[in-house]
Amino acid sequence: MAEPLLCVRGLRKRFGGLVATDGVDLDVAEGEIHALIGPNGAGKTTLITQLFGELSHDAGEIRLGGEEIGALPTPQRVRRGLARTFQITHLLPDYTVLDNVALAVQARQGHSFRFFAEARRDDGLRGQAKGHLAAAGLFHRAEVKVSDLSHGEQKQLELIMALAGGPRLLLLDEPMAGLGHAESEQMVGMLSALRGKVTMLLVEHDMDAVFALADRISVLVYGRVIATGTAAEIRDNPDVRAAYLGDGEA
Amino acid sequence: MRNEAMVQPVPVPVAYGPLLATLVLALALVVLPFAAQALGQPSLVPLATRALIYAIAAASLNLALGYGGMVSFGHAAFFGIGGYVVGILYQSFTADELLFGLIPGTNQLLLTLAAAMLAAGFLALVIGALSLRTSGVQFIMITLAFAQMLFFLFVSLKAYGGDDGLIIRRRNILFGLDTRDDTVFYFVCLAAAAIMFWGIARIVGSRFGMVLAGIRQSERRMAAMGIAPYRYKLAAFVISGMGAGLAGALMANYLRFVSPDMLHWTKSGELMIMVILGGVGTLLGPLLGAAALVVLETVLTAWTEHWQLVLGPILLVVVLFTQGGLRALLRRLGGGR
Repeated sequence: MAEPLLCVRGLRKRFGGLVATDGVDLDVAEGEIHALIGPNGAGKTTLITQLFGELSHDAGEIRLGGEEIGALPTPQRVRRGLARTFQITHLLPDYTVLDNVALAVQARQGHSFRFFAEARRDDGLRGQAKGHLAAAGLFHRAEVKVSDLSHGEQKQLELIMALAGGPRLLLLDEPMAGLGHAESEQMVGMLSALRGKVTMLLVEHDMDAVFALADRISVLVYGRVIATGTAAEIRDNPDVRAAYLGDGEA
Repeated sequence: MRNEAMVQPVPVPVAYGPLLATLVLALALVVLPFAAQALGQPSLVPLATRALIYAIAAASLNLALGYGGMVSFGHAAFFGIGGYVVGILYQSFTADELLFGLIPGTNQLLLTLAAAMLAAGFLALVIGALSLRTSGVQFIMITLAFAQMLFFLFVSLKAYGGDDGLIIRRRNILFGLDTRDDTVFYFVCLAAAAIMFWGIARIVGSRFGMVLAGIRQSERRMAAMGIAPYRYKLAAFVISGMGAGLAGALMANYLRFVSPDMLHWTKSGELMIMVILGGVGTLLGPLLGAAALVVLETVLTAWTEHWQLVLGPILLVVVLFTQGGLRALLRRLGGGR
C-alpha cells in the first residue's frame, strides 16, 4: 500500500515539565477529511503548529507525500503543499479582501522580487483572485478592508487564501470557532464541497460538524492519539467515551 | 451562495486628488527658486535644497520604517557613509592618489553619487543581515549600536579629519553645470529627489511592495502563504540604505563638508522625526516632514538658541492630534477622509 499523504511518527514536544505532544502517530490518506478531536488542552493546536513548522518538534518524523519535511521552515512546507487556517484569524488587516487573495495567488507564482510593475493592475493576479472570491461567494466584499469584515467573513477569507495556494493538505484549526449557526452551516458546506479535491486535517470542537464532515477521526488526549477510526467506531470506542465524549452524552 | 457570487463589489471611486496635489507640488518646487529671486529672498533656495536632501533621506527611511515596519534607529550610518564617500573620493582626487592603492579619486558627481549609494547599500546589507534576525526593540537598539560604532570609527580616523571632518573645497562637477550656483544645485537635488520619489512609488506599488507591506501587517500570515519574510525585509533595508547614502552624498556636496555629525544618532532621530511628522507609510509625508523640520529649525533658531524646547511641543501636538502626520492633516483639509 502506498504511503498516506501525511505520515507522522513518534512526534514529541515538551514545554518544560509539560509534555504537549507525546509520541503522536498519525496518518492522513490522500483525499480524506480527517478530523482531530480531543478535550481542551489535549495538544491539538500544538500538533497543527508543529506540522506547519511554526513550532519545532523535539523528536519524530513528519512526512508529506513520502518526503521528510520536519526540518523545513514554514514557507518551504507551504511550497511543498501545506496550508493552514488559524483558530484566531491571521490576515493582513490594512489590505482589502482582494489584496489579500491576490497576494496569496502571487505567493504561489514564485518569488516576488519584482519592483516595477504595479501589482494592483496585474490582471493575472487580480483575475485569479476574483475567481477564487467568486467561487466562494465573497466577491461582493472584494474591495472591503479586511479589518472591516465580520468574524465569519474573516474565517471564510482565510480558507479562500489557503485554497488559493493550491494545497495538497489543508490544516484547519477550528474553522467553526466563534461562528453563528448559519455561518457554521455555510462553512460546513464549503468544506464538504472540497471533499475529494483537497485532503484535510480538521481540528474542531463542533461535534455536529465533525460527524458531518469527517471520513475518519483521531482522538488526541494528553498529547497521545488514543483511537483512530470512522465516526461510528469512535462513537462506540469505550476509551474515547471515558476520556472525551462522556458516557451519558454519546 | 451562487447568486451572491454574481453581485459586483462596490466600485472604489478613482481619486484624482493625490495626483493633482502631486502635480501642484512639483510645479511649486520648480517655480520656487525663481519666486525666491523675485521676492528678494535668495536664501530660500539653499533652505529648500536642504529640505529636498533630507526629504530623500526621510523617504528612504520611510520605505523601511513606514512600509516595511522596520524601525531603524541607525539610518545616520548610511547618510553619513554617503557623505564620507564624497569627501574621501574628493580628497584622493585633489591629492592625486589611489584610494586603498587601487581606486582613483574623483570629483564627478554622477560617479560619487553612484559610489556613495553602493557603499551605503553594502553597509546596509551587512547591518541588515545581522539586525534583521531580531525585531521590535532589539532591532531598534542594534541598528542604533551599529550606527554609533561607525560614528566612533570616523571620529578616530585621523586620515579623514577625525572629529573635525573633511572639507570639500569645490562641489562635485556634473557635465558643464555650475554646481556652485545655488539655483543650479537646487535643481540637481530636485532631479535626484524626483527620481527617488518616483522610484519609491513604483516599488511600493509593485509585487515586492505588496509583500513588504504585508510583512509589516503580519509576518506569520506571509509565512503561511509561503513567503519567507527575511529576504524581502533585507532587500528593502538595502534599498532604503542606498537612498539614505544618496542623500548623504548630496548633503556633503551641499555643505562642502563632512564630519562625524552626519553619523551621529541624533541624525537618525531627526530623520525619524521627519517621517513621523510628515506621515508614516505615505509617499509624500517624508517630503512634508523634512520641509517642516528644516523650516521650523531655521525659524526657531533665529528666535532662540533653545529652539528644540519649542520644537518638542510642536511635535507632540502633531503626533497627538493629526492622526497620521502632516500628510493626513492636508488630506483632511482637502476634504478627503
